[in-house]
Amino acid sequence: MKFDWRNNRDFFGGLMYIVTGAAGWWIARDYPFGSALRMGPGYFPTVLSWMMIAFGVAIMMMGFKNNEKIKGNWSIRALIVVPLATVTFGYLMEEAGFIPALLVLIPFAAVAGREFKLVEIALLTVGLTILSTLMFIKGLGLPYPLIKGWWGY
Amino acid sequence: MDLFNNLIFGFSVALTWQNLWFCFIGVFLGTLIGVLPGIGPLATIAMLLPITFNVPPVAALIMLAGIYYGAQYGGSTTAILVNLPGETAAVVTCIDGYQMARQGRAGPALAIAAIGSFFAGTVCTLIIALFGPPLAEVALKFGAPEYFSLMLMGLVAAAVLAGDNITKALAMVVMGLLLGIIGTDVNSGMARYSFGIPELTDGIGFIVIAVGVFAIGEIVLNLGETEKRAVFTNKVTGLMPTKADLKASFWPIVRGTGIGAFLGVLPGTGPAIASFSSYMIEKKMAKDPSRFGKGAIEGVAGPESANNADAQCKFIPTLTLGIPASAVMALMLGALTIQGIAPGPQVMTQKPDLFWGLIASMWIGNAMLVILNLPLVGLWVMLLKVPYRLLFPAIMAFSCIGIYSVNNSPFELYLTAIFGIIGLAWAKLDMPPAPMLLGFVLGPLMEENLRRALLISRGDPTVFFTRPISLGFMIATALIIIIMVLPAVKARRAQITDPSTPR
Repeated sequence: MKFDWRNNRDFFGGLMYIVTGAAGWWIARDYPFGSALRMGPGYFPTVLSWMMIAFGVAIMMMGFKNNEKIKGNWSIRALIVVPLATVTFGYLMEEAGFIPALLVLIPFAAVAGREFKLVEIALLTVGLTILSTLMFIKGLGLPYPLIKGWWGY
Repeated sequence: MDLFNNLIFGFSVALTWQNLWFCFIGVFLGTLIGVLPGIGPLATIAMLLPITFNVPPVAALIMLAGIYYGAQYGGSTTAILVNLPGETAAVVTCIDGYQMARQGRAGPALAIAAIGSFFAGTVCTLIIALFGPPLAEVALKFGAPEYFSLMLMGLVAAAVLAGDNITKALAMVVMGLLLGIIGTDVNSGMARYSFGIPELTDGIGFIVIAVGVFAIGEIVLNLGETEKRAVFTNKVTGLMPTKADLKASFWPIVRGTGIGAFLGVLPGTGPAIASFSSYMIEKKMAKDPSRFGKGAIEGVAGPESANNADAQCKFIPTLTLGIPASAVMALMLGALTIQGIAPGPQVMTQKPDLFWGLIASMWIGNAMLVILNLPLVGLWVMLLKVPYRLLFPAIMAFSCIGIYSVNNSPFELYLTAIFGIIGLAWAKLDMPPAPMLLGFVLGPLMEENLRRALLISRGDPTVFFTRPISLGFMIATALIIIIMVLPAVKARRAQITDPSTPR
């Protein structure tokens, strides 16, 4: 079989290690290295970075040999929506409060799925928001405003 | 006798109404989430950690432990009923458990899993009570070199036994160590790898990584795959195993408990190894090995006992040495730290109520699980029918609340999102994340002990080989590596760890 790097699992795995290791080494250059007796803050990171690069090369070699492909399917939509929903929740917790954050998070996250049934998601959103408010705010006493500047604090 | 006094003291702590209540909530929530597919014990505990913030330390630990073995247990219920392992250790249970269910013997399979787990839980409670205190005595004599060697051994064991590729697992350990460096260096006060972001000078919270990789990343991964779940909808009837079932299961349960307890004490080994080993042994010892894979009750009894024994005995190194024996135990120690208790051998003497109360509660929790699971199995089956499209937004909501509540900071959520993406990349590139988490937790401790050890020895690295206990750990580490690269073992491992396991 001809080597094809574009879909070679371990080629990319190795590459990830080499890049991480190289970046780790590059940044750690600025940290005092010290000696084995008195290790500076740069000693451990530098050694680890070199190990990363070594592992990266080893894994890349595996890729040349076994030609394993990256398995399974991707959902580009989930890859974009799920992290974005997480970030939005953090932002809204800060700016708008507990209830709005959840009311946005749940339907936003649900968009990542293949099916989206409006009524079902609406019920889930309201139900989970009420449950979480009772459980976390009332029950456990987490100190977050329910709706910022209006309800809670 | 000391043992009895200690255990009685433990029960007096665990049997207060408050602690019983938290134990119950723990096993209930654990089972509930363990039954749900796509979320394992690690993510469950990480997600539910904030629930314990406002609770006293003993109750918090009791509850987290309950969540832990509840989730383990829930995993085997789904393995038997729907051939879907809730977590990796339950993969083995699928083989014969699901076959039993298809033959209409789901009841006995569930019952024997419960009985085996309970037996293993009881034995391990006693083991911890017996060996915990002397181990802690020894650990109090540990210096920096011993701690470093021990952690090295744990990390190597974790990597070697984690997945099917040792190189990748070791590489992930190093990745974890490197991630652990992010933050302020304790010795010099210098901020490392913080990219000028003030929040990063405190380091990355391990809950952020755990939830990011194991909950958020897992969701993205699952959404990429097509949903296929054949729920086994027949009613579960006839819970009681027959006399013949009990007789056939007795020795497998005892052997499984032994294997699990032994492997459990070793830091780094996961419960999956214990259940696989037990299954292999039962198959070897059976008069008619061909029954295995076709609904042999021994194939459920042994592995289920082994995985519960392993899960419970993981508390021994964790509580006595203060070194997390698995990624889940790292979360437990994290919870302890959040409660303001420094993990280590001194916990047992300074906080006897915590140590003995927790041990006693494990036994109580196991008893609760039997009661909770057998009659209520219908309820759990119903839960299985909740489609994933409703499940994952709920998992996300709880995860996000959990993350935010750790530091009340939105920054943690941004990091979690990033680790979700990284987690997906790791999964796609076939990089095992569990050794990484262990490396991440042990990294700062290792660096500190390495520096201290070399400072004491005036830069002489032979210090790790001249002190007897440290030398012992080093030899053990070398042995683990040597054994695992032997060709015979390698071939066998490939067979054990890769029966095309569903994720």
